[in-house]
Amino acid sequence: MLKGRVHKYGANVDTDAIIPARYLNVSDPYELARHCMEDIDLDFVKKAKPGDIIVATTNFGCGSSREHAPIAIKASGVSAVIAGSFARIFFRNAINIGLPLLESPEAVEAADAGDELEIDLDSGTINNLTKGKTFRASAYPVFMSGIIRAGGLIEYTRERLKNISAGAAKTTKDA
Amino acid sequence: MNLAEKILAAHAGKERVSPGEFISARVDVVLANDITAPIAIREFWKLGLEKVFDPKKIVLVPDHFVPNKDIQSAEQAKILREFARAQGVNFFECGQMGIEHVILHEKGLVMPGDLVIGADSHTCTYGALGAFATGMGSTDVASAMATGDIWMKVPPTIKFVYKGKLPKHVGGKDLILYTIGKIGVDGALYAAMEFGGEVIDKLSMEGRFTMANMAIEAGAKAGLFYADKKAVAYAKGRGKRQPVVFEPDADAKYEAVHEYDVSGMEPQVALPHLPSNVKPVSQVGRVYIDQVVIGSCTNGRFEDLQVAANILNKKKVNSNVRCIIIPGSQQVYMDALRSGYIEVFIEAGCAVSTPTCGPCLGGHMGILATGEKCLATTNRNFIGRMGSPKSEVYLAGPAVAAASAIAGKIVSPGDLAT
Repeated sequence: MLKGRVHKYGANVDTDAIIPARYLNVSDPYELARHCMEDIDLDFVKKAKPGDIIVATTNFGCGSSREHAPIAIKASGVSAVIAGSFARIFFRNAINIGLPLLESPEAVEAADAGDELEIDLDSGTINNLTKGKTFRASAYPVFMSGIIRAGGLIEYTRERLKNISAGAAKTTKDA
Repeated sequence: MNLAEKILAAHAGKERVSPGEFISARVDVVLANDITAPIAIREFWKLGLEKVFDPKKIVLVPDHFVPNKDIQSAEQAKILREFARAQGVNFFECGQMGIEHVILHEKGLVMPGDLVIGADSHTCTYGALGAFATGMGSTDVASAMATGDIWMKVPPTIKFVYKGKLPKHVGGKDLILYTIGKIGVDGALYAAMEFGGEVIDKLSMEGRFTMANMAIEAGAKAGLFYADKKAVAYAKGRGKRQPVVFEPDADAKYEAVHEYDVSGMEPQVALPHLPSNVKPVSQVGRVYIDQVVIGSCTNGRFEDLQVAANILNKKKVNSNVRCIIIPGSQQVYMDALRSGYIEVFIEAGCAVSTPTCGPCLGGHMGILATGEKCLATTNRNFIGRMGSPKSEVYLAGPAVAAASAIAGKIVSPGDLAT
């Protein structure tokens, strides 16, 4: 169960806004987190508390493929991002590194900055405690749930590689 | 099946694939740069492997912060260099290189029919060659470097058909800006864009690379062109592998089809702060500019410099403007030099740089101060993209960029006094 306060943004929050390219000469998560959202919200870094939730309207994370964007958000302590829709590469990157994303235009519309939310990732339920309303996010496709369950793409790939080499060993033995 | 489905089915070892289906697909090229590769390499080592799946299929290009602008960016480039030497993967050193999405096809590393993934959003550029090419993040690249395959969701395809005849000073950049202006920055979200029509048949490879490059600015997963004779000849002249040409079936399914008649089209300009905020140049109003940048993976190819040189020839850059010209590769630089264009640029008062992505993403070599305005041939004009969050970036093709450098304000080449 995740719980935190809402930081609310509009449409097309791009990856340059999430982490400006001028800071991409490093890849340390905590160094990146120091500049998260800087160009559209100078106060974000000061305001963000562990567990907080970013809520945005549509096309969140558009632009660059830089994984530094979800990394910066995650290292800021943000526990999840809720949006009406996500840009494709950002969505993939966030799943790969284990930053939970939830798609729910209704939850976005109802949420105001400072609202307290509670999220149950297993059921995809978003509970707006301040407003007393409950929403359901779209479920992850089964394929993607496998990556999430494994704890990210690297863990998932590691398991796959283990199975492949176990399979290869078996074949050799059989032969 | 349409073009995207055909290429993906072939790489997934399937007879057919349909939109929404999850597949595991074999990759032909895996790409990363000096921003994204350090994370990819870090994640790759976590897999506990000693070697990448196939060094010939991996390409590392330090192009964003090179020549290195500071110690930290030098450290990032060093990670690529050392990994590339140890693993024997393709690596293009400063001085022999260029911007990744200019050199990969120039050096014949991408062929028609390929499946290309790259840790850079503009990887979609290679769609111009009839390859399915898409941007991903560092972790995806790390996994693909290990296994040689990648999971993917088959996208729906939106078809774009361009009819009529392109007017003077209107090119690939104008076509794609116009299209993004019509459908919006999420108009093709999660979809593939397939470009065709009589205008595309006549369009140069450079024009097609520019269009495919900006498919991501509409949220697309890929921007695809059928590999016609022109594309096949381009690839065969450079690559060692045989091109594989996929053709959409006559009954291919599309999520939507958009047709545009471009005969009366003016050069297009995207106003701050979104690539979809597009107007014909005559409706932009009076915008005085401080800087012009001609280059990037969008418009840093030979034809782009040719267009700019023809306009800047025997003219001077306005005294209020800094005009920075960046050939996209050493080859483009050499070709422009031999054609006399570099001399034209320097005589006009332009700064000409070695290849780099520098200014496009506000990295180095042309950063904007508070309140400054830049007209660039690059691909994004988000807030703070080229420097100060209080600066403004306008996007256009090389013809408008060169003319505006002379005028000191945004104009069409047709508006310049001759």
